[in-house]
Amino acid sequence: MSALKLSYFAWVRERIGRPDETLTPPSDVTNVGELIAWLSGRGEEYAYAFENAKVIRAAIDRQHVKHDAPIAGAREIAFFPPMTGG
Amino acid sequence: MDAQIRVAIQHEDFDVAREIEALTQGRGDVGAVVTFTGLCRDEAGTLEALELEHYPGMAEDEILRVAQQAAQRWPLLGATAIHRYGKVLPGENIVLVIATSPHRRAAFEAAEFIMDYLKTRAPFWKKEHPRDGSIGEWVEAKDVDDSAAERWDV
Repeated sequence: MSALKLSYFAWVRERIGRPDETLTPPSDVTNVGELIAWLSGRGEEYAYAFENAKVIRAAIDRQHVKHDAPIAGAREIAFFPPMTGG
Repeated sequence: MDAQIRVAIQHEDFDVAREIEALTQGRGDVGAVVTFTGLCRDEAGTLEALELEHYPGMAEDEILRVAQQAAQRWPLLGATAIHRYGKVLPGENIVLVIATSPHRRAAFEAAEFIMDYLKTRAPFWKKEHPRDGSIGEWVEAKDVDDSAAERWDV
């Protein structure tokens, strides 16, 4: 797995404490759900952001994806709460 | 029918009359213009402002996708969607959707479809800044918005 840009929005961003970062997940992290689980183990700010993982929405390279989406080849993965625009 | 589609994500306010004119001027085939404008409510006087956060790039892409889907589904002549970001005060505009068509039904339905999908797919989040100076809360998504979008059965 190569370096991956992670972006966070709204309360996910506030809880983690930064808008984005570049990380290299271990090779056994293959999909979005596993990435969330891996991030949750990195510190309490991540555990807090992802405490209710099923409500977290994700996008790979700016397209909505589900948690079972593979992350191979992704350049940017974003995590955010359900959207409240309009 | 090749619809004239315009999507903009901007902090500045928009001018509804000018946006309508951009879809109607110089052509005689438009028989119906439907506009929807979403405004910031004051929540019974308790709200100082809304802060609208968005995901640059993806917000444009998603709204454009929704407008293009509408243009495939209904015989539209034009569709405009403008969404503001940043701080918005009560009474100010947040979002504008315009659909134009030869006939009213397509314009009504397409405008509603674009709004329903924009709410559930476009990456925007609202944070409330209360007037009493307390820490603002992020607005929670409503299940009713998901069901409103699902009824179109895309």
